[in-house]
Amino acid sequence: MNLVAKYYGSAFGKRLTKRKVVDFLTPFAFLSPSIVIIGLFVLFPVFFSFYLSFQKWNMFSSQSTFVGLENYSRLIADPEFWQVLKNTLIYTVGTVPLNMVVALFVANELNKRIIGKKFLRTLFFAPVVISPVAAAVIWRWLYDPNVGIINYVFDIFGIGSVNWLNDPDAAMIALIIMGVWKTFGINMVLFSAGLQAIPEHYYEAADIDGAGKFSKFWHITIPLLTPTTLFIMIMSMIASLQVFDIVYVLTSGGPLGSTKVLVFQVYEYAFKFFEMGYASAIAYVLFAILFIFTIIQIKLMKVKY
Amino acid sequence: MNRTERGYRSIKLLKSSLRHVIIYIMAVITFAPFLWMILTSVKDMSDIYQYPPQFLPSEVHLDNYSKVFEAAPFDRYYLNSILVAVTVTLGQIITCSMAAFAFARLQFRGRDTIFYLFLATMMIPFNVTMIPGFLVLHWLGWIDTYSALIVPGLASAFGTFLLRQFFITIPKELEEAAYIDGATKLQVLWKVLMPLAKPALATLAVFTFMGVFNDFIWALIVTNSDEMRTVQLGLAVFRDRYLTQWDLLMAGSVASVLPILIVFFAAQKYFIKGITLSGIKD
Repeated sequence: MNLVAKYYGSAFGKRLTKRKVVDFLTPFAFLSPSIVIIGLFVLFPVFFSFYLSFQKWNMFSSQSTFVGLENYSRLIADPEFWQVLKNTLIYTVGTVPLNMVVALFVANELNKRIIGKKFLRTLFFAPVVISPVAAAVIWRWLYDPNVGIINYVFDIFGIGSVNWLNDPDAAMIALIIMGVWKTFGINMVLFSAGLQAIPEHYYEAADIDGAGKFSKFWHITIPLLTPTTLFIMIMSMIASLQVFDIVYVLTSGGPLGSTKVLVFQVYEYAFKFFEMGYASAIAYVLFAILFIFTIIQIKLMKVKY
Repeated sequence: MNRTERGYRSIKLLKSSLRHVIIYIMAVITFAPFLWMILTSVKDMSDIYQYPPQFLPSEVHLDNYSKVFEAAPFDRYYLNSILVAVTVTLGQIITCSMAAFAFARLQFRGRDTIFYLFLATMMIPFNVTMIPGFLVLHWLGWIDTYSALIVPGLASAFGTFLLRQFFITIPKELEEAAYIDGATKLQVLWKVLMPLAKPALATLAVFTFMGVFNDFIWALIVTNSDEMRTVQLGLAVFRDRYLTQWDLLMAGSVASVLPILIVFFAAQKYFIKGITLSGIKD
């Protein structure tokens, strides 16, 4: 107590009462658990992985060596990195638009008079809540080349069977389809919120003008939904660029590296090859890409409000 | 009712029915993987390798489930997952509410700066912090312990923000009465604000529980013994070992999604709320 009093004495003027010290320390007592955890596992790591990206370190030696930009130049020269970056972008470009179209369609339908709305919403949202691991195990079964149900349905329609997870061209498509299934429920909920925020009188005015359903959707819903749409788009892109769990379980990055994505590569270099420096450099490249999207998103939010 | 009116109404009815058919077909397709998982989980392998597929099992094999628990220590995985998820959820409720209270109600120097720093950490993606996060645990000697699975989750900027936003909507008069009665700040938080914040707390709890229970990559990195595996990690290892044993794999999957689906069906509105809130968090 004395020490505290001495140290903070000046902050309280001459009359240092116990009450004042308590008042001064209370906020820090309330915040300290959060600050310690977030500091140790978020803030320190952000800076430390930046530092690591200029080091060569295998984790087992006690010292890392400074290598300057070597990790980054190695990355630029590494054809595998470019392939992985390309895969990540293909996954993102393949997932996000499809995801949004399905989500908007479902949200728009559920915004109309539909019997069993709540029940339907529950079904559409169910894939979101289950673990990516379980979802990928289930989809491995659906995609099974010999007895999988998807190839059976293809068979019925006379489309040849596809070797989903063993064909480098098909594996990415399989991943995208599963990714859309797993996450469109999130965007459905966000679109629903956006749709409900559109004032009814716009539609009433359009009715008076004799506008048709499609015309109303195109000229009222779509423009008024634009902030929501942009927001969802950026959010989905940020999420898709970081896909890992479903890749790990569905394809393990294969076949022939055709579904290897950035986070998977970070994981491999860090925890399989123990090249902490190189892995951190890859992570930072991804961080830089995500940061751009985050900035765009913040700017968009400012426009919105 | 004249003929055109009747015609108009029947077209409308037709359109509405068509809409129902389309959306219900989509719902069935979306939910079909779940049904197929459940059906497969009680079939035996000879049923599974039927072509064309046989939808209903010729005999219900509930013993697939006991086989799963014999083939891998899923009971242990379960215990680990539940222990970790419950501890992290309770921990976050405590740490987030305390931090949120400080940001919403206490006056101190640097409050807004620290608050914005909290917000900024929400934008840091996990993959950048994962390597040093692992190293911190390594230095602490916590790799492959419950501490490694629990401690990093014990605080959340998102949770703090969510509760802070809720606390500032609560009128201060309610607390003033408590202060006059001589209550401390901690008592005010615990006895006045927390009961009022139940909907926000439920959202946070449900969301945190789901996130931790479903987490994979963190458990993958920080544990290495079979005793420390969570359900998700156990299932992933199980799938490596029983590549095409679909009966066991599906039974394992059912077991691993069941707790979350039950929580989801029981508390759906909090999931939806959480999604909408995390959507507008920035």
